[in-house]
Amino acid sequence: MKFIDEYQNSELAKGLAREIANHSTKPIRLMEFCGGHTHAIMRYGIRQLVPRTIEMRSGPGCPVCVTATSDLDKAIALAQLPGIIITTFGDMIRVPGSYSTLQQAKAEGADVRVVYSTLDALEIAKANPKRSVVFIGIGFETTAPTIAASITKAYQETVENFYVLSLLKLTPPVMRALLNLGEVKLDGIIGPGHVSVIIGSSPYEFIPKNHNIAFAISGFEALDILLCIDKLVRQIESGHPKVEIAYSRGVRPEGNAKALELMNEAFEVDDANWRGIGVVSQSGLKINEKYRRFDAEKAFAALLRFSPSDEPASESKGCRCGDILRGVATPLECKLFGGLCTAEHPVGPCMVSSEGACAAYCQYESPRDSENFGGRI
Amino acid sequence: MSDAILLAHGSGGRLSHELVKAKLLPFLANPMLNRLDDSAIFEANGRLSFTTDSYVVNPIFFPGGDIGKLAVCGTVNDLSMSGSKPAYLSLSLIIEEGFSLGELDLILQSVKASAEEAEVIIITGDTKVVNRGQADKLFINTSGIGIIPDGVDISGANARAGDKVILSGTVGDHGIAVMTQREGLKFSVPVESDCTPLNKLVAQMLQVSTKIHCLRDPTRGGLATTLNEFAQQSNVGIIVEEDRIPIAEGVRAACELLGFDPVYVANEGKLVAIVEPDDADRILATMKENPYGRNAAIIGRITNDYAGKLIMKTKLGSSRIVDMLTGELLPRIC
Amino acid sequence: MCLAIPVRVVSIEGDEAEAEIGGVKRRVSIVLTPEVRVGDYVLLHTGYAIGVVDEAEAEETLKLLEEIARLSEVHR
Repeated sequence: MKFIDEYQNSELAKGLAREIANHSTKPIRLMEFCGGHTHAIMRYGIRQLVPRTIEMRSGPGCPVCVTATSDLDKAIALAQLPGIIITTFGDMIRVPGSYSTLQQAKAEGADVRVVYSTLDALEIAKANPKRSVVFIGIGFETTAPTIAASITKAYQETVENFYVLSLLKLTPPVMRALLNLGEVKLDGIIGPGHVSVIIGSSPYEFIPKNHNIAFAISGFEALDILLCIDKLVRQIESGHPKVEIAYSRGVRPEGNAKALELMNEAFEVDDANWRGIGVVSQSGLKINEKYRRFDAEKAFAALLRFSPSDEPASESKGCRCGDILRGVATPLECKLFGGLCTAEHPVGPCMVSSEGACAAYCQYESPRDSENFGGRI
Repeated sequence: MSDAILLAHGSGGRLSHELVKAKLLPFLANPMLNRLDDSAIFEANGRLSFTTDSYVVNPIFFPGGDIGKLAVCGTVNDLSMSGSKPAYLSLSLIIEEGFSLGELDLILQSVKASAEEAEVIIITGDTKVVNRGQADKLFINTSGIGIIPDGVDISGANARAGDKVILSGTVGDHGIAVMTQREGLKFSVPVESDCTPLNKLVAQMLQVSTKIHCLRDPTRGGLATTLNEFAQQSNVGIIVEEDRIPIAEGVRAACELLGFDPVYVANEGKLVAIVEPDDADRILATMKENPYGRNAAIIGRITNDYAGKLIMKTKLGSSRIVDMLTGELLPRIC
Repeated sequence: MCLAIPVRVVSIEGDEAEAEIGGVKRRVSIVLTPEVRVGDYVLLHTGYAIGVVDEAEAEETLKLLEEIARLSEVHR
């Protein structure tokens, strides 16, 4: 498969691994922001290919993991309203809210359908004119333009029964908030590749400028991630952090203007509630005035058992998803990990989502073996 | 007869008898079934194997097969995995009121063709009809009886350090063929279900070697789940070289698009064999001569380390532990 | 956020295109990449093309990686 296979070449990977080892003289800590990177790093065993002095932490870039419990509760409450069809990406189905999951709601009779695309959700709306179809809009800037496009399409084609529950979140604001919290010392950040296809590279300038942290945008194949780490190591060793694009076949410095235009057309920026972090100002997207009639939260507010501005529901006792999402702890440091909280019986979202740090650790490393395991077999 | 199944077809009365005579017997007729007694009677010597499975696949027609073919092959394969020669099947249908008789014909046609290929006979059966909405079109249960030749001892607990792991062909075909037909996930894929009866392949393998320790067909949960089962049952570690696993290009592409790991995707015409190292090459060569084993490959080995675990070695030289599938395979955006 | 796969544009009709990878085909929306042409590769995310793959840059990156592989051997 073109533009995938070439970036999995093992000879080139070995070359990059050697290069990184040659240039890395001191212990450093990197954070991969994006859940897709967490997944890829585990899948390709990147930690085993780079020196052990390079520590890697996961950040809050998993849209499922950072969806506030109260927002999840809203989605589930919507699912339980009569006549509603919930359409959602597969990622959301098993995530626990305060009292249930979408999967559980489905088992209890709610009409919950997994879709690959918002286009599929629109088709379902058109095919079921007597019912209301609500799309659960999770995602970051990669997904936001696609959801905006579905709203503008529904507007143009006067699809009356299509609604979106916008839980979209923005990347640079949460990075800012996290770095301002100063809880974890970072030397470099592996930047989200597909978010950057949309927003370009300039929104990240504050990271090297204000925080002296190295930054490079990475793709998702093994060679992409290794190349990104190589660039970060060089930046750190030279003492000159900057914003670099290590995924030049996908990311342009100016981003995707058309996508940004569509986002502006349908959305406005608002404060958003991040699970594990709390409210971060100007970090989410809400449907704007012009397209308000597609906003599920407004349309069904009267029917939901609680108002849209509820207090966040409580986190399960002992669950350290919040700490893990902020890079303050690794899954191994959570007392529930592997015991009360497993992939089969997850307590928090980090275990449910396939990009959640905990799920990745569980799938790809065992708590007992991870000390010994990192080596060659 | 009407075009669709009515509740009366399942009530045991005249319409039920008509259904059996006009619809079922023409496809399934054989001396034992034709008697239409309450139970079939047969004689058997030696050790017998017995298995049952229910089939609820959605959609019921998919590229490369249908629920009828699946129902026969699935049970034939379960029997084959203990080294048995499959002999007899039962066939139970639970049909939703309103189901098309034309579609029933097609499915029975598949049942007949698959049974003939596998050389098994259906000697007893049952038909029930439920109200509209109480079954998703058609559910099928098949139970099967097989005869185990002397000296054959195959079990998931028999794997030993040093054994080799052989996979009979490409993984993920069935799961992708079925999933991409579902609403909300429609892709046009050059992939068909691999649904096939494997009994002859197994018979050929047993003829060239008495050193086959384990056999299993990796159905739901995929290759990874089956290997984990072996690892736990035998309390051994299994190390697989990721790039030795045969995967069809279309399956790989669909998995990338939907965010699936091919080792978790269902198969319906593949087997995993764990065999003593001395016989591995010979068994592999024999498998490759069978059309259902043409892409067979040795993909890994058994070790005493990492007991109970499946380890995947990437071609980059790194490794990871691969657990059983948890929950359902769902497409992801992240 | 992250799962976007490079697919080849086979044909275009208005704001939709037929895209292909490894023989798998799907209709995709190109409203976010109106400049795309037949034969281009686009990054496909949830049924939308979110960006056009820069093939020249892809080539450059591979050359760079080959260079790195060569040089790092020498330095060992």
